[in-house]
Amino acid sequence: MAVRPLTGGELAEKLQSAVPDSVDEWTESEVWVRPERIAEAARFLHDDPDLDLDFLNSISAVDYVEHFQVVYHLTSLRRQHSAVVKTKVYGREDLELPSVYGVWRGADFQEREVWDLMGVRFEGHPNMKRIMLWEGYDGHPLRKDYL
Amino acid sequence: MPIRTEPMTVNVGPHHPSTHGVFRLRVTFDGEEILEVEPVFGYLHRGTEKLAESRNYTHIVTLTDRLDYVSSMINNQAYCLGVERLLGVEAPLRGQYLRTIASELQRIASHLIGIGFFVQDLGALVTPLMYCFRTRERILDLFEMLCGARVTVSYARPGGVFYDAPDDFWPALDDFMKTFRAEFGEIEQLVLENEIVRARTRGVSPLPLDLAINCSVSGPVLRASGLEWDWRKMEPYDVYDRVEFDVPVGSNGDNYDRFWVRFQEIRQSARIIEQCVEQIEPGPVRLELPLLVRPEPGAETYARVEASKGELAFYMVSDGGISPYRMKIRSPSLINLTVTEHLLVGWKLADMIVTLGSVDINMGEVDR
Repeated sequence: MAVRPLTGGELAEKLQSAVPDSVDEWTESEVWVRPERIAEAARFLHDDPDLDLDFLNSISAVDYVEHFQVVYHLTSLRRQHSAVVKTKVYGREDLELPSVYGVWRGADFQEREVWDLMGVRFEGHPNMKRIMLWEGYDGHPLRKDYL
Repeated sequence: MPIRTEPMTVNVGPHHPSTHGVFRLRVTFDGEEILEVEPVFGYLHRGTEKLAESRNYTHIVTLTDRLDYVSSMINNQAYCLGVERLLGVEAPLRGQYLRTIASELQRIASHLIGIGFFVQDLGALVTPLMYCFRTRERILDLFEMLCGARVTVSYARPGGVFYDAPDDFWPALDDFMKTFRAEFGEIEQLVLENEIVRARTRGVSPLPLDLAINCSVSGPVLRASGLEWDWRKMEPYDVYDRVEFDVPVGSNGDNYDRFWVRFQEIRQSARIIEQCVEQIEPGPVRLELPLLVRPEPGAETYARVEASKGELAFYMVSDGGISPYRMKIRSPSLINLTVTEHLLVGWKLADMIVTLGSVDINMGEVDR
């Protein structure tokens, strides 16, 4: 009774055939999805009966200065496996990613947190406002250039 | 003549005894009935994730104490597991046992706080809470023997635990476990078999399982809705694969079930501790790691544990330096609040306080 991590290869193969042009690359432990395709990919990962990734554990963002990396940790509670999906957003200003709120409502606060602290907006989120800090706060404190 | 009425918006909190910390609910009422709810938080935001980027791996242990501050042992354990995985090392067995014993004692203490305040929110002021605190106090005494601190413990360290338990810890733990069962039976009887508690909580604010899953709810709240899911079983860490315990599951996901699950979990924690005490053997408690550890550049890990409130995880990325490049904390309290609106809308003001208590949040962890 243990959760099995899915390999990036398994995920990439399935994603590529269901959502064309969605996969950038993959490694042993994760799959990289093109940013503009993330919501469609999420819909497939959630709905596909074999993958059945029904639980969104966490959304994290990492600032690599030349790009932001957004990481989705997913689990299938029924099939008892887990997956790591990543995507890259380039630039510093006006960053946007499609929201996965429509797929997992658990994204609600987590996407707001990424916007608040990292400055990546999620398009299609019904309530995209700051969560820890107040509206009108200047900057996004978890960015590497915020001191 | 008809009486004109209109909905009224009220701020509950940020400083209100029923909100369990500095937390604000903007609630719109029609009389006593709740029409709209918006949770507002961030009052306790200290930027823990940012602070971690400028402290070394050993320093960060003290920051984790201050997340869910009634559950510090478990936070320490989760963080240390993360660092160990980044480094590709494992703590010595005795260290793992000590961490497990400490974490399970902490889970009992944390659930007792949850239960005590739950009964207080129902209107039974102070007395039942003191029954719970009587037991919790003795757990804190045990922590003091282990590490000198009672709340901000920093007992687990990367590579094991700070120090081996002193000789007089074991008889004290034994003594605690003996009286604990009797004391706990008393609390259980007072609360779970109380007619008023049942009438006030059964069938109130049920959470359907599919909604709980879709909203990423974890821990006792998820299990109360009927899913047997516990990371101690599903992804065993430390010595959880060496002990036997059950995962209690509720059926309706109502306020009663959420508390019933916590009561049962306390019993299971006691079982785990007893098995650990039987199995633990002498040996080193901590790996000899350098003062400043430097994981490989590019190493990353998502280390999760079943904390008292749900899935607590540290997502850490290393750039080869002495501090993490990024440390994201997946906080169960924050994410469990996603269902606030569903739980509260349509119910009455008096139930609101109890329901919020039944989710058992801790603001240190929500805001980080």
